[in-house]
Parts: sequence; C-alpha cells; structure tokens
Amino acid sequence: MHQTSIQKPVYDYDIVKYFTIGSVIYAIVGFLVGVILALELTFPGLNGDIPYITFGRLRPLHTSAVIFAFGGSVLFATSYYVVQRTCRVRLFSDFLSRFTFWGWNLVVVLVVITYPLGLSQGKEYAEPIWPIDLLITVVWVAYFINYVGTLARRQEPHIYVANWFYLAFIITVALLHIVNNLAIPVNLTDSYPIFSGVQDAMIQWWYGHNAVGFFLTAAFLGLMYYFVPKQAERPVYSYRLSIVHFWALAFMYIWAGPHHLHYTALPDWAGTLGATFSIMLLLPSWGGMINGIMTLSGAWHKLRTDPILRFFIASLSFYGMSTFEGPMMSLKSVNALSHYTDWTIGHVHSGALGWVAMVSFGAIYHMVPRLWGVAIHSTTLINLHFWLATIGVVIYIVAMWISGIMQGLMWRAYDSFGNLSYSFAETVAAMHPYYLIRAIGGVVFLAGALVMAYNVYMTIRGANRG
Amino acid sequence: MQHATIEKSIPLMAILTLVLVSIGGLVEIVPLFFIKGTIEKVDGMRPYTPLELKGRDIYIREGCYNCHSQMIRPFRDEAERYGHYSLAAESMYDHPFQWGSKRTGPDLARIGGKYSNQWHHAHMMRPQNVVPESVMPAYPWLAKNALDYGDIDKRLRALSKVGVPYTEEQISSAKQDLMAQALAGGDPAGLNKRYGNKVTKDDFDGQPDKISELDALVAYLQMLGTLVDFSGYQAQTR
Repeated sequence: MHQTSIQKPVYDYDIVKYFTIGSVIYAIVGFLVGVILALELTFPGLNGDIPYITFGRLRPLHTSAVIFAFGGSVLFATSYYVVQRTCRVRLFSDFLSRFTFWGWNLVVVLVVITYPLGLSQGKEYAEPIWPIDLLITVVWVAYFINYVGTLARRQEPHIYVANWFYLAFIITVALLHIVNNLAIPVNLTDSYPIFSGVQDAMIQWWYGHNAVGFFLTAAFLGLMYYFVPKQAERPVYSYRLSIVHFWALAFMYIWAGPHHLHYTALPDWAGTLGATFSIMLLLPSWGGMINGIMTLSGAWHKLRTDPILRFFIASLSFYGMSTFEGPMMSLKSVNALSHYTDWTIGHVHSGALGWVAMVSFGAIYHMVPRLWGVAIHSTTLINLHFWLATIGVVIYIVAMWISGIMQGLMWRAYDSFGNLSYSFAETVAAMHPYYLIRAIGGVVFLAGALVMAYNVYMTIRGANRG
Repeated sequence: MQHATIEKSIPLMAILTLVLVSIGGLVEIVPLFFIKGTIEKVDGMRPYTPLELKGRDIYIREGCYNCHSQMIRPFRDEAERYGHYSLAAESMYDHPFQWGSKRTGPDLARIGGKYSNQWHHAHMMRPQNVVPESVMPAYPWLAKNALDYGDIDKRLRALSKVGVPYTEEQISSAKQDLMAQALAGGDPAGLNKRYGNKVTKDDFDGQPDKISELDALVAYLQMLGTLVDFSGYQAQTR
C-alpha cells in the first residue's frame, strides 16, 4: 500500500464549538427580546413602568443581540471552521482565537448591561458607548490578524471564494465601525459624535446599510459558498459568476446608504446616487442567489430527504426576495410611502430571519455533528424547526407588509374636503391587529430556535456520553 | 491580469477590496463637508441651552429615536400634519443627529409649542390618559429623578470641541443658565443675553421645588423646530 505524504492537519475545532454554542444561545436571547418588544407594542404598559425594559432601551438590545451576538457568533464560528478547512491549516494563533471569543462575549455582556441602563450613543445599530466601541475595535483587529494569518499559512495555492467574502467583511466592518463611532468622550460612559446633522446622518447610514451589506450579506454569502456545496455535495455552480458578483457586490453595496434618507435634508444628489446603486445592486445580489441555488443542479432530489438543504434553499430564496424588495424600496416614489413605516421592519426581517438566520441554522446543523463527531440527535426535529422558522417568517413579514403599506396610505389620505382623513393616533390604533399577528409570527420563529437548542444540546450530550 | 493572481495573494485581495469599498463612501460623504448650500443659511439657529441639552441627552438615553423621527419630508400631508419640511440647518448642532428611521409615534421635529407643559407632563406620566390609542410606555421616573447636571459645563466644552459654537461665557455660565431656565435661581437676564430672548423659561414639570429630568426633557421638546425664522426663508435648489 502507498503511504500518502499529506498529513491531516489538526484543526482547532474547540473555538468553533464555543462560538457555535454561543450562537445558539444568542439566537434565543435575540429572538426572545424581539418577541417581548412586539408584545410591548401590542399591549402598551407591559413593561410595568420599569425603565430598564421600555421599548426605547430594549429595541437596541434586540437589534444588537440578533446582528452582533447571534450573527457575529455564527460568523466567528463558520469563518474559523471554513478558513481552516479550505486552507488545510490550523488557525494562526490559539491565543488570538480565544481572545476573540472572550473579547466578543465580553462586548455582548457589556451591551446587555449598558443598554437597559440607558447608556447609549443614540445611533442605530451603533449604540454601544465609547469604551465598548474601543473593545470591539481591539477584538476586531485580533480577528483580522488571526484570519489573515491563517490564510497566509494555507496549504492550498488559491484562496477559496468563501474566504474572499469573509475577508471583505472583516475589512469593511472595521472601516465602518471606526469612522461611524468617532466621538469625543465627556466621561467614562458618555460621548458626543464628532459629526453632526446631515453629515452624521450620511455617515450613520453609510455604516447602517453596510452593516447589512457586509455583516449580514457578504459574510453570510461566504458562509453560503462553503456550506451549500458541502451539504449538496456538488461544486459551486459557476466560478466565473462568483468572481464577477463578489467584486460587483463589494464595490456597489457601499453606495446604497443614502436610500435611507430620501426626501430628508440630505441633498438630492446623494439620495439619487444611493438609489441608483441600490437598483444596480440587484444584479450582484441575484448573482449570489443564482450561484447558490444552481449549485443544487443535479442534486434537487436531496431536498426531499435533507432538511438542512431545505434551510439553505429557503434562505437563498428569502435572500433573493429581499434583495428585490430592497432596490424597489430604494426608489424615491416607493420610499415616499414605505419610509418610517412597518414595511421597512418587515423588509429587514425577511432578510434577517429569512436569509441570515435560516442560512445560519443550516450551517449550525451541518457543523454540529462534524464538530462533535456524532450523528445529529434528530433529523425530524430539524425538519420541525425548518417549518416553524418558515411559517414564523412568513406570518411576520406579511403582517408588516399590510400594516406598513396601510399606515403609509393612511398618513397621506385626504377626505373630499381636502383635509387629512386620519389623525396620527387613528393610524396607530389601526396597527394593533398586525402587531399581534407579528408577535405570533415571532413566537413561532422563537419556538423553532428552541427546538434547535434542544436538538443541539441532545447531540452534544450524546457525544459526551460517547 | 488573471484573477488567479489576485486569488493567490492576500495583500492584493485585501488592498483591492479596501480600495473598492472606499470609493462609494468617499464620493458620497466628503462633498457634504464642502459643497456650499448643503446646510442652508438661515436666521435663528443657536446651540441648545444647557437645560435643553440635558433634555436631549435624556431623549437619547431613553431611545426615543427608535419610535420618533425628527425629519419632516416635503410632502403635502407632512406639511399639514407636522409643519414646514426640515432643513439641514436645523440639525447642524445635533451630535448625533436624531432624524430617526421609524414613526411608531409621530414626528417630533416641530413638536415645540404645539402642546402645553401640563400636557407633556400628563403625557409622560401616562400617555394613554391624553392619547387613548397610544402605544407609548409611561415615563414616571423622569419626574421623580432629580436632574444630574454637575458636569454640564464639561458637556458644552466637549461639544464646542466638535464644532458647536459655544462661547467661553456660555460654558462657564452653564450651571447658572440651566437653573435660570428651570426657574430655580440662576441668572435669567444672562440666559437671555447668551441664548436670545426666545428661550422659554418655565417650571416645565409642575414641580417648582426641584429640577427633574422631566424639566429638561420638556424644555427640549418645547424648543424643537421653533428656532428658524421661516418668514424670510427662501427655498433653494440644492
């Protein structure tokens, strides 16, 4: 027999395990806070006059928990998993890996403490106070060094496409985070941003939209480029398409921010530029969706038996849908109706739940058996989770479409005498049933995540009993 | 160049990515600091008084921006509901801006002077008592909490460093001016001298014996959108 000269590298799976468990826990925390918020809007006064859990203080906790705690943990877990396997080398530094884990979780803990206390910078998705921002920067630099260091020691000549996306995500998020959080401290907890008014608005949405573009899109496309082909056991549909849509996405996404500021005091030229690039962005976005979905060419029959693939295909479908909806909402005439309404909230959730969370669930189910070296506890429960998640998202976004468009139309409705038909309070009252339906959608989605947590727990317990 | 060249080089890939993602931001952000007319020339804008600034800090602390915008768009229905569309000049001293992105509650850009202080007090205690359909939570602690303004001069100083035109006199008189506006002593004439005669002095929270957080918040809400004199304002094409 021939001895192969290739040694199997010893991967650092422990760090991937930590982040994977973290992502399951943070998913539940993030979704649960979301459900509480949905119920607070449905039943005002639910906070019992407790300051720490008012809607205004809790909502940033929900967005940060879902995007940065859950999404962030998924990205750390999957990027560390993917970069090792596609480079066939252990992570650059065990110390840096652990530093990013404890650092990132310290950030999450500090956020969970500070937001309810009302310590906030007052910028959406960038609420952490300045000392936490500094900590995030340090952790992020460690992440960058660890990731690039691993790439540098790769045993493969090419850098695999998934890593292009992860790398672009790490670089761009660093840029966005630093510029948007430039501030002058007053004391240990308070600061004022150095930018003001119209410039601050532009920079905030340059940051905000590209938190979507690079944190929630580019990075998760990287995830998709590894896990979908692995789970389908098929090569990526088109290498050429992946090159074209990667560079197009990286270049175009960054321009889209001002579409959040149509008809505001931001000059029209900026809004027009933002809308133009948002519409062009449809092409690279759908390039990614097509490349993912078409990877199943010749393997479509696997959807019948593999609920993990179902997660991936459903997530790519939601991705395609929300990246169509987004450009449409960036048109000024559509935005005039949709802006400030629940339609935006629905759009965000079709992306965050339908795309980001679903593709993450697929990756978690793919990794857990391989990390712990056992079969998953129950495939039936994965399937149950799939249907709970899908039904939950659909209930949620349909409720928000209806309430959003209805509210937008009610605001601009005139009676036959030329007077506004509805007071603002009347439009709020009209939202009530949809807020309730939205909360139900959220509960169903949360139930799915609890099923996942049980399934993952039982799988790990089975592995530990060996 | 073959794409394989980029694919095999981390520096090349990283630098190309950084360059590509920088272009859009540079083109959209940098001109806003230089193009004249981005911020309109208007009469009446002034920095926040110390009490209003503390109110604004509380507005941010409570996360009001999660449900209320401060940016009126140039539409007929918004003009009728909220007033003249918002100008960039009106938020030029706002660090951070508070335009918001969602109207779960109404826009507040011109809420100043629309309701009485008593209304605001009742509304913050229990919104549903004055607006039955409201889904807003109550904020009873604002009236209970004494306003902590020990470091108000440091706050003005920090803002002056990032471009808000507070004078040395305004900074050194910050505590007195804050007390004067809430009718708790201080120097009323000095307050008017430093911030203009339109500054409203009142017992905003119905508790004459103390300066509460509610005093500050209501003082802030009551001046929102009231500064610019629109009688002589000509809309410009930007």
